[in-house]
Amino acid sequence: MNDAAGPAVQVTGLVKRYGERRAVDGLSLTVARGEIVALLGPNGAGKTTTIEICEGFRRPDAGQVRVLGLDPLRDGAALKPRVGVMLQDGVGAYTGARAGELVRLFASYARQPQDSAALLDRVGLADVAATPVRRLSGGQKQRLSLALALVGRPELVFLDEPTAGMDPQARRGTWELVAQLRADGVSVVLTTHFLDEAEHLADTVVVIDSGRLVASGSPAELARSGAEGQIRFRAVSGLRLSSLVEAMPLGTHALEESPGRYLVVGEVSPQLLASLTAWCAAQGVLAEQLSVERRSLEDVFLELTGRELRA
Amino acid sequence: MTATLSYVPAPGAAPRARMLAAQTRMELTLLLRNGEQVGLTLVVPLLLGFFFNLPLLYSLGGRRIDFVVPSILALSVMSAAFTGLAIGTGFERRYAVLKRLGATALPRATLLLGKTFAVLLLEVLQAGLVCALGFALGWHPHGDPLWPLLLIALGTVAFGGLGLLVAGTLRAEVTLAAANLIWMILLFCGGIAIPLSKFPSGAADALRVLPSASLSDGLHSVLQDGGGFPVRPFVTLLIWAAVALPAAARWFRWE
Repeated sequence: MNDAAGPAVQVTGLVKRYGERRAVDGLSLTVARGEIVALLGPNGAGKTTTIEICEGFRRPDAGQVRVLGLDPLRDGAALKPRVGVMLQDGVGAYTGARAGELVRLFASYARQPQDSAALLDRVGLADVAATPVRRLSGGQKQRLSLALALVGRPELVFLDEPTAGMDPQARRGTWELVAQLRADGVSVVLTTHFLDEAEHLADTVVVIDSGRLVASGSPAELARSGAEGQIRFRAVSGLRLSSLVEAMPLGTHALEESPGRYLVVGEVSPQLLASLTAWCAAQGVLAEQLSVERRSLEDVFLELTGRELRA
Repeated sequence: MTATLSYVPAPGAAPRARMLAAQTRMELTLLLRNGEQVGLTLVVPLLLGFFFNLPLLYSLGGRRIDFVVPSILALSVMSAAFTGLAIGTGFERRYAVLKRLGATALPRATLLLGKTFAVLLLEVLQAGLVCALGFALGWHPHGDPLWPLLLIALGTVAFGGLGLLVAGTLRAEVTLAAANLIWMILLFCGGIAIPLSKFPSGAADALRVLPSASLSDGLHSVLQDGGGFPVRPFVTLLIWAAVALPAAARWFRWE
């Protein structure tokens, strides 16, 4: 395939308006082959709109979208057999059909489908294969939806909030499955509300707010970028903080939150920790309950968007 | 859960014929599993057939059952191809079934063809039951059986186009109400339950262009009266099909 070397998804300067509002406002992103990319952002950030444009459901107002090197609107017929899709909010399938029937139906659309029974078993639905879709729980519907996305052996999958409504065990199982997709060479684009999901799964996290990209990188890179952290410890009250700050790298602050409880804020590094303990040793002070807190992805997210994820 | 499944990509669309067979089977299974659909398309026509054969509402010259069976055949086609298809498709649109299918390798045309074949198979079942009831009640069909088959096929296309037009443009709840209301109106005023000859002549002429009247007229002219190829009903249905299908294709919203 001549396009096998190119990226799985390439979005450039994407704009989508709904009336006056710009749901997507000049977004650019790239998904490499075999990579898991998580689109992270609060509700209304434009994640689903972006994904649905990539799936060929919506027409962009400006910008360019290439999925597996093809135009999702113009080349839909060529693209659809190669892409697996999990829509937001439910299965989007015949509610009167049984779970097993649906997987077999979707399998019949594919040239070399997965074995339907094995796939149902893999997503933990073997026991409810004969249950009509409308009687499945929310989490079971999500897992069925995932099975339907995978049954055609796609090379790229779009998963819109794949673990919404799942219990913790099913979420774990889904994470394992998604990780296995990557191991087997499937490219994955997912949206999520869950920071731990993005942190755990994604090679690249793309933080979107108000239709714009505000940050992207690996979870570790994002958490590190301009990272302020803090160190807390307990010691006798009344330590001379001005002397402590002088001994620390530049830009470090310290305060005594309450008698005997200290907080040091700065770029947390091995050097910072070493200088702190050296200063304590020089003062003959024993620092107890010393804890190092680095920023989590959640802190970064809050800082970038100024909002709670599930607001 | 076993973890031995491989997800190494092997994408590709199945041959159209395989998709069509699977889609038709699914659509027919769902039709027969849905209690309301079965009631609308199988039970109601049979009950109405039985009751219309009783001399209750109006009297008819000749053998009553010979009028009733063609009427009920026309009603069955209308129930399955128009009302049933419209309501089913309307709710599929509402529940994003059509959207979801739109993201698969299944072409739109194959989906619609699958629905059409499912309706045709349902009609075979309906016609079998209606004719069996008719024979049990002493029905004697006349004419060339090819013409009724042709009329039913064409009626299915015309009514199916109208059903998809309604389902694809109105909200699901409105579709439900409209499809049932139209079914009722066409049943009584569209030349099915009551012969148009019972209406004032001006009204009868206007009503005769309805698809229900055309299908019913054509079936009666052959099966009841032993007439030849029913040109006028055939042409009228052809026009309905030629208007409804492109209109449905033009205005159908998949989401």
